Amino acid sequence: MNAIVNYCIRHAQNCIGALGNLVRQPMASTLTIAVIGIALAMPSGLNIIVSNGRALAGGFEDIRDFSVYTKPGATLAQAENLRGRLDDDDLVANTRLISAEQALEELRTDNEFGDVVIALADNPLPHTVVVRPIPKADPEKLQILTERLAQDPLVDIVRLDTEWVRRLNAFLELARRAVWIVATMLVGAVIIIVGNTIRLDIQNRRAEIEVSKLLGASDGFVRRPFLYTGFWYGIFGGCFALLLLAGSLWALSGPVERLVRLYGGGFTPLGMDGATIALVFAVGLAAGLAGAWSAVARHLAAIQPKV
Amino acid sequence: MIRFENVTKRYGKGREALRDVSFEIDTGELIFLTGHSGAGKSTLLKLIALIERPTRGQVLVGGRNIGRLAARHIPAHRRQIGMVFQDHKLLEDRSVFENIALPMIIAGYRQREMRGRVRAALDYVGLLDREKQTPAMLSTGEQQRVGIARAIVARPKVLIADEPTGNLDPDLSLDVMNLFRRFSEVGVTMLIATHDLGLLDRVGGRRIVLDDGAVAATDGQTQPAT
Repeated sequence: MNAIVNYCIRHAQNCIGALGNLVRQPMASTLTIAVIGIALAMPSGLNIIVSNGRALAGGFEDIRDFSVYTKPGATLAQAENLRGRLDDDDLVANTRLISAEQALEELRTDNEFGDVVIALADNPLPHTVVVRPIPKADPEKLQILTERLAQDPLVDIVRLDTEWVRRLNAFLELARRAVWIVATMLVGAVIIIVGNTIRLDIQNRRAEIEVSKLLGASDGFVRRPFLYTGFWYGIFGGCFALLLLAGSLWALSGPVERLVRLYGGGFTPLGMDGATIALVFAVGLAAGLAGAWSAVARHLAAIQPKV
Repeated sequence: MIRFENVTKRYGKGREALRDVSFEIDTGELIFLTGHSGAGKSTLLKLIALIERPTRGQVLVGGRNIGRLAARHIPAHRRQIGMVFQDHKLLEDRSVFENIALPMIIAGYRQREMRGRVRAALDYVGLLDREKQTPAMLSTGEQQRVGIARAIVARPKVLIADEPTGNLDPDLSLDVMNLFRRFSEVGVTMLIATHDLGLLDRVGGRRIVLDDGAVAATDGQTQPAT
């Protein structure tokens, strides 16, 4: 029991002692912590952006509407007929017919195109049937349906309204991978930075290490202060990264709100959640310890007392 | 307490620093190790502290053959041995108190016990009023006494000293030797390397004389010459 208490006391002393060492060199410590913070904040920030993109794209996933445009010269009755046939299809949930006249009327009231449309002698627009498939429609069957429609003598073209959603998803998948690659590289950089900082620390305290070893200090005793230094670098680097993230999100909040309003407000942007905060800390801590350990493993054994 | 059995130490492929050295030191004995510089005094002390390992033969401390001790057991072995160095090996950025406390921190003593023992050691070497100063603020003789206080604070069974009076004038040297004599009286086994034969004549004690790595003579003189 006593041994456990002693062990804990010694760890607590080392932990606070390492903090004291950082405080005694405020400039060097702050710079190291800033670099670690930036390296951790970058991939976290990118990840938040990509996550938002995915959440946004996810909202469109179920929409697979397509529009069927009639050939020029097709009458409204023919278009009605086409719509009736589509309505009867098992794959179709509902349809909506936009006649050439309605489309033109819409354009006419449009601020930008209104004047152009008034100048037109004939209505150049086709009739359009907007088709919404049933939610669980088989994509292959839908494909067949649209291909068959494209062959119809009445139909000019069939346009999928949702192609861009798939492209966006593919792009987001690519972005997600890129974030992971960047994150891996930057965490590697953090390990190297902490390792190098602690290597210098070990060199500066060479005399102390030598004397301690002469007086019977175990490897663990000599190692502990440096591991705790790495621990603190990780913690403070994580804190600094979260501050940077919070600041960046705050700076972006205005434009994001405007963007959300343009999408009709049906989307709540994701910020820093508990999982992100925990992950930044965990990665910072692990990288700090890993860096410290790499330096300690390579350089402490090399210091042997010389008398 | 300390026994060497046919110990040879060779550095690399070079010359033999110690050749077939055998001797025995009883518990509580005070032994002086003398000889020219390069005779192997420092090497012999290093073997006891496991800073070096013997090439051949056995080094026994407290009945244990330490020559083959696994590396992970070396720290525990060193904690049983107090060491005094010619250049003190004090940490310049620590106070006198912190320097002396270091062996007790390493051994994992509690704060309260440590304080008492460090003060007692300081009192013993007559530097109780200097605990807050740094080594640089002390004279050479005082620094050496801090080094001695550090060597005895954790109450080692064995104390070894390598030229502890090398940088001191004769009067200070005699003070230091008298400190050592008092330790041996409380049962600490001591081995002190020195080439200061004039001092030894004033202090007295059994000697082991090394010459070119071999034991040239041992004498049993235990009383001061005068």
